[in-house]
Order: sequence, then C-alpha cells, then structure tokens
Amino acid sequence: MERPAWAPRSIDISVPSVSRIYDYYLGGSHNFEVDREAARKAMEFMPGLPKVMQANRAFMRRAVRFAAGEGVDQFLDIGSGIPTFGNVHEIAQSTRPGARVVYVDHDPVAVAHSQAVLRDNEDADVVAADLLKPREILASPQVQRLIDLNRPVALLLVAILHFVEDADDPYGAVAELRDALAPGSMLVVTHAAFEGIPLSREQAEGAVDVYKNIRNPLIMRTREEIARFFEGYDMVEPGLVPMPNWRPDTAPEDEDPYSFSAFGGVGRTA
Amino acid sequence: MTAEPDGPEDRLRRFATIWSRAVFPVTSTSLTRPEFEEQLLPLARRLSEALRARNFEAAAGRTVGAALVAAHCTDPEALSRALDCVDAYLVLYCGEDGPGEALRTRSARLQHAMAAGYAEALRERTLAEQQAISQAALTARSAVAEALHDSEARFRAVFEGAAIGIGIADLDGNILQVNGALLRMFGGSEQSMRGRKVPEWTHPEDAPQVWRLYEELVRGKREHYHVEKAFYRPDGTALWTNLTVSLLRDADGEPQYQLALMEDTTERRLLNLRLRYEATHDALTGLPNRTLFFERLEKALAAGEGQRFGLCYLDLDGFKTINDSLGHAAGDRLLVEVADRLQSCATAPGEMVARLGGDEFVALTTGPNTEREVDELAGRIMNALVTPISIDGRDLTVRGSVGIVEGPAGERGAAEVLRSADITMYRAKAAGGNRFELADPEADARAITRNGLTTALPAALDRGEFFIEYQPLVNLGDGSVRGAEALVRWLHPQHGVLGPDRFIPLAEHTGLIVPLGRWVLEQSVRQARTWQERHSGTGPLRVNVNLSPCQLTHPGLVQDTVDILEREGLDAQALCLEVTESALIGADDDLLKPLRRLAEMGVDIALDDFGTGYSNLANLRRLPVSILKLDRSFTRGMQQFPADPVDLKIVEGIVSLAHSLGLAVTVEGVETGAQAEQLRILGCDTAQGWYYARPGPPERLHELALVDAVG
Repeated sequence: MERPAWAPRSIDISVPSVSRIYDYYLGGSHNFEVDREAARKAMEFMPGLPKVMQANRAFMRRAVRFAAGEGVDQFLDIGSGIPTFGNVHEIAQSTRPGARVVYVDHDPVAVAHSQAVLRDNEDADVVAADLLKPREILASPQVQRLIDLNRPVALLLVAILHFVEDADDPYGAVAELRDALAPGSMLVVTHAAFEGIPLSREQAEGAVDVYKNIRNPLIMRTREEIARFFEGYDMVEPGLVPMPNWRPDTAPEDEDPYSFSAFGGVGRTA
Repeated sequence: MTAEPDGPEDRLRRFATIWSRAVFPVTSTSLTRPEFEEQLLPLARRLSEALRARNFEAAAGRTVGAALVAAHCTDPEALSRALDCVDAYLVLYCGEDGPGEALRTRSARLQHAMAAGYAEALRERTLAEQQAISQAALTARSAVAEALHDSEARFRAVFEGAAIGIGIADLDGNILQVNGALLRMFGGSEQSMRGRKVPEWTHPEDAPQVWRLYEELVRGKREHYHVEKAFYRPDGTALWTNLTVSLLRDADGEPQYQLALMEDTTERRLLNLRLRYEATHDALTGLPNRTLFFERLEKALAAGEGQRFGLCYLDLDGFKTINDSLGHAAGDRLLVEVADRLQSCATAPGEMVARLGGDEFVALTTGPNTEREVDELAGRIMNALVTPISIDGRDLTVRGSVGIVEGPAGERGAAEVLRSADITMYRAKAAGGNRFELADPEADARAITRNGLTTALPAALDRGEFFIEYQPLVNLGDGSVRGAEALVRWLHPQHGVLGPDRFIPLAEHTGLIVPLGRWVLEQSVRQARTWQERHSGTGPLRVNVNLSPCQLTHPGLVQDTVDILEREGLDAQALCLEVTESALIGADDDLLKPLRRLAEMGVDIALDDFGTGYSNLANLRRLPVSILKLDRSFTRGMQQFPADPVDLKIVEGIVSLAHSLGLAVTVEGVETGAQAEQLRILGCDTAQGWYYARPGPPERLHELALVDAVG
C-alpha cells in the first residue's frame, strides 16, 4: 500500500544525510558514523571537500552581511541543514539586531536540531518543508509569523540547488519563490560546478558518485545553467563568480584552491 | 591598542600573527584570517602572562586549549600546529629576556596544559554535539512516531468505525484482523472468526467462480474481485454480502495480504426475493403466475438438443356459474383448493404449475421424456379434480378442459405454444368439456384462420367484399319458381369465396352481424324489387332472408326492415325472414314481439332448420310463423329408392300438422327428381335444392323464372 500523502516519512539514521555530512566537513560532531563514512569516501576523491564547505560558509557570511548592510532584515534560508556556528541568524542579528530568520529543511533531524538551537530565539524559527513546494513554505505559520512578504526578503539557496534534479524543476520552484517576494528582495545562491574544482573531471565525479549512492545525487551544473536561477534578478557586483571571488575580505590568492569549486552570487529584484 | 615597534605589545601581536597563519588553514571557521587572528590575540596574551608569572598556572594553558576548540579549531592538526607555534615562538616573542631555561620549561608545561585543555574541550564539545544530534534524531523520530500514531489512530478509527465489514488475512487465508462491523454482521466473536481460514468460509450457494477468483488473487495473479457471496453465521443462518477482495502488496510489490470489504445485503436480498416472489406468484393461490410461467416456458423452449416440453392448459368448466351463484369468495376458495390439488400433481423436477388468471391454470413438464409424461400429467390433473370440492358445506363437482401441447425444444416460441394450448383447450371444451385434447396443427390452423377472419370482418364489409347468391324456391305443385333464398358470401382476398358457415358465427360473436344483416336485407329487397319490375306477368318473386339470433334481439330490427321496404318500394308480402328453430326455443313474448309486428305487416316468417331442435310442437301455435322449413336431414332418406318409410311417415306427419296450423311447408336439400316427386305427393308446398338450382347470381334466377313463364 502506498504511503498516504499526509503520513510522515520515517526517520532512518542508517541512511547518510547531506546536512550531517556537511556538518562533519565543518569539523562538527552533529553526525553519525554512516555520515562520516560517506564523507570520508567522498574525501578519498576530493580531499579538500571541507575547504569547499568552509568557503561556502564564508561566502554566505559575506552575502548575509551584505544583504543586512543593504537594509534587508528578513531572511529565508532554504536547505539550512544542521545549525553549527556562523549561522544566518547569528550573522544577520549581529549586523542588524532584530533581523528575522526562517530556516527551511526537509531533513526531520536537521529540523529537530534547529528547533532545539532556536528555542530561545524569538526572531528565528524553522519549517519542515521542501524547496519544491514553495507554497507550503510561504503558507507555513513560521513564515507567516516572522516574515512580511510585502517587504524585501533575502532568499538563501546555499548549497541546495545542486541537490535538485532538473526533472523536479528547481527553476520553476525558484521562479515561484521569486514571484512571491517584494521588490528589493535578494537571492543568494551557491552551486557546485566542475569548472572550479582543482582536480581531473574523473576524480571529481568519484565524489559526485558518493552522493548518488546515498540517494542524494549531486547535480553539477555549468555557470550558465546556474545563472538561469537568477532570472528576474539583477546581479549584484561582481555577479556569479567562484565563491572566494565574491566581495572578498582578504586576497583570494590566499584561499585554498578547493574554495573555487562552486559558484556564488547574489541577485536583487527591481 | 598602539604597539611600540618591537615593544612587548608589538612582539605579542607578531606571535599571534604567526600563530594564526599556522593554524588558520586547518580551522573550520568562517571568519577571515585577520578576524581569526583577533580571536587568537587574547589567547596569546594569556600565554605570554602565564609564561612570565611567578607561579605556574596550568589553568591558563588549559583555557587557551579550550578556547581553540571554541574557535572551531577542532581538527587535531590545529592543536599540533598551535603547540609547534608556542614551542618555537612563545619564549622568543614573549620571554622578555627572562631566564631562558626556566622559560622553556614553563612553555613546555603550558603546552602540556593547552593539550589537556584542548582535549577536554574537544571531548566535551564532541559529546555535547553527539548528544544534541542524537536528541534531534530522537525528537524527529518521536514526532514521526506521533504522526504515525495519529495516522494509525485515524486508520484504526476508520477501520473500527466503518459501516462496512473489513477483514485482513494473509495469503494462506489466516484471518489477521476483522472490524466491528464485520463481527456484527456475522454475530460472532473475533476469536471465532479468526479460528477459521478464509477458504473454509464456503457456502452451498457460492457461485462457481468465487473460489477460482480467490485462488487467482492469493497467487498474485489478480488485484481484486467483486462477488455476491453468502456465508454461514455461527448460528447457521445465511449472511449475504457484496464482497470485494483486494490484494495488498508490500513496498516492493510482493503480494502480502488480502483485504476483504463486505456489505451486508441479507435484508436487501430478502426484500428482493420477496418482491421477486410477489412479482412472480399469484396472490390468491400462491402458485407461480403468468410472468414466472413464461420465464420457465421460455427456458424450457430454449433448452438444447434432445430436450422436450409438455404443457397442459386447464380451464375449469362452468366456473363462471359457480362464481355467479355462490359468490366470488366461494369461487376464490374453490380456486385455492384446485391450485393445491394441481400443485400435488406436478412435484417432479422440471414440473411446475402456474395460474395464468381467472380459472386458467397451466402445468409444465420438461426433459427428454415429456411425450409420455405430459399424458400422465394430464391424467393426474383430471384425476385430481374427480373428488368433489366442499365449499360452505356443499360438495361441488369440478370439471375441467385441458389442452395439451408437447414437442421438442427450440422450435416454437412461448406465445405460440401457449396459443396452441389455449386453442386445444377450447377444443376440449367445445367437445363437451371434462376431457383433454392433444394439440393438432390443423385444428390450430383453423382456429388461427378463424381468428384472422374475425379481425378482418369489419373491414371486409367496408370494402364490399361480401356478395349475395340466390337459390331458387320452387313451387312443388307446378314447378314454377316462386322466389329465392338470399345467401351471403365473402370474397376473401386470400381465402377466396367463403360460405356463411365460415363467418356468420364470427360475425355473431363480434356483433358485426347487425350491420352485415342489414346490408344483406337491403341488397335482397332491392333485388326482389328488380325482379318484380322484370316479371310483372308471372306474379311476385319473393325473397327469403336469414335472420341471426343476434339480429332478432336487436332493437332496430322492425324499423330497419320497414325503412328498407319503403325505400326500395317492395311489398312486405314479397319478403320472408327465416329464423332458426333453435333461436326461438324458449322465446318469450319480448323476443317474439318484433316478429309479430313484422308478420302483422305482411312479412312472412319462416321457421328454419325445423326438426333439428327439440321443438315444443305446442309452442308452434303461438309463434308468428307462416312457413316451416324442413331440415335437409328429413329429405336425405328420400334420395334413394324406395324411400325410407320412417322418414316418409315423419314428413307426412309434419306436413299434416303444419297445414292444420295453417302453415306452409318448404323442404331443403332436394337433389333428385324422385325426392321432389315424393315430397310433392306428401303435400309439401315449396322446395329448394340442387335438383333445381345451386345458389347463383341474381340473373340466373331471372333466367329460371323466364323458363317458367315460357314453359
């Protein structure tokens, strides 16, 4: 018998989770052995993976600070994963006290952990939902409570779009979210690409295969394909670039070569 | 803080820079290196102070080690690099020219403390994070479990609260779970239900495909099936259900369970059966009715090769009389008793008795041997009616007429068979009743033709299909033609010329005789008038017209006759109306009054077919009759020579009687000269028959009359 739509997915921690793997790369212990095993396997092909994650975090930190600096005080972070350190609400609220943040993830463990972390934070909350169902996200009580869709919102799709296959129409979901946001809203995206990986294509694909094997295939897209997510947005300088090149605080030459393995960019609606 | 070049503060910063450069590449922090260096600066200061403090403080080293973990330097490589850095540069940049050996010892001890503090903090952080993520997993799981529980509770509520019976069994037929509705339907306990495997739930009324479908389903070859099925309840009564069984597969598509949904249709079925019973049975006798009988008959007639049927169609003789004299209640009781008796006549398989309506019953027998069986069945039926039926203390003798049809299946339709039986029954009745007759195709055909003629009669009159022939009436004294009897004929488009015996009884039956009789009278009177015009010299030629019993009682008879005579200008004396003796038997004054009126006007009335009925001779006196027409049976004995002496005596007597009453005598059926001579000698007045002429067109009479005149 098929599981009815309203019956929840069961939790199987014997299956690796991308958000816990991510945590492991960041030196965290919010993970289980299955996650670490998968992470180590991927690192056999791409030993610098933790550096990619770190660069991703650093990019996000700069982007959030930028958005906050531009006056945006509402953040919708879809695919937020396991909160570790340097989370969006910490960055945003340190720049703009009172900034509001709603995290969204479909991993129930990540959501449960986020709830624990955010328990005492009035201005941040988490929604268990799927990027592919924007209406569920926007209609959630958390979004309704914390975010005023008539004012600009920074929408963060950081290291999530490369987990959505074209067949599931990520472009449609992103466009639907865009259409729900007020003018002046921002889109923050990072996305893995073969272009910047300092390894042979074969070796990089070995790491990609690891994700395929844990049923969370990593969809590598070209810069052009990634740029299409920004349809309807004006790109903020310097546009869609390898992550360390986006408004760096320090000389990009000093960055680890793996940091360039993904593109990052910020767009703003007119 | 401004630092004097190469002053202690500047040297401390330089130490922090070196340290941060060494460690930053292996941290996970999202800070930039300069930001990271700012984080390390207080740690460097702490180490610097501890290096030069009078007493060794392990706590300082431990704190710095722990702070590294807090700054996300969780990779052990970060500790290694940090210790290297302290070992190489702390004394160098922060020793401030103190005693070298002591400082190096102090630095080493601080490193030990840092390592311990780092390890402790990392252990604490790891444990805390493991605890946090496990807690999150647990929370998520319990949220799922709760949702699952809710969903299961909803399912359970649906399962338990459903008005429809639900049962789940494995593919071996072991019943795993049943809901309340199902238990209530069966009136048993869950234990008793689960004690029996699905294949044990058989019932004699199971349709043949029920268990084949079941087998297909449990073998995974069928996803579901829907049947009407009966079950035995524990108390032995039958539970009828609309049953839907579905195959449940697991996530991999492997068949796992069977799910039965059943709706109790017992009452609906009973109601249907009752409605069906009422629709197919006679309320009075409880016998199957016409509807059910036709169904069975059609089935029997549709049976295959070698199958036959036998049908007895029974109509009680004189039932109307019983109904009229004893009342309908008595009639009904009689019918009930007859029905019971008939029922006991047809008890074998393939036999049935039904009431078609009124006092008409049918008995049907089917199978390969009905040729013999139907006779026996008819015999039993006749026999069953022998014993009188007691109603209200009266013993009523009931008799019946039975028409039997027997034949092979597949040749005739039900309506045709029943009509044949009906016709045959009427034949039995016409033959006096209290008997059975076997269907005969010719008799059927006649009856069918008769029926066809009856329905064609009215149109035939409109279309002018009737015509009249005249048979001369001859004066026996001088052999002259005195007139003619008008005889109506029907020129039927298919059957050709039909005589009155073929259609007059039908016309009588339908009432068409009145207009037809009027038409004949009109035509005949007109013809007589024509003759008169042509034969003014030879005395009036008369015309005899037959009146049927129906016409006699018709109130317009006298007026119609007067109108016609006046219209055509014919004297009443030229008209003779012939009435059969049987029509006047027991006639009362009301019936005779129109005849008297006509006789008073001068119309002759002839008593036709005289001698065939049981005439009351004394009655003759009061009849307004002037002529007796002797039936041809009296003259038949005179056709040979010598004539039958008894016939001679009878005719002589009748003639004598008639003459003494002042009546003339006409004889029919004269075919020979000897006959004619004999009848003349006996004193008969007028004769008619083939000896003189057959009936023919009016011109022919004209010719005969001319011959007379010339002769």
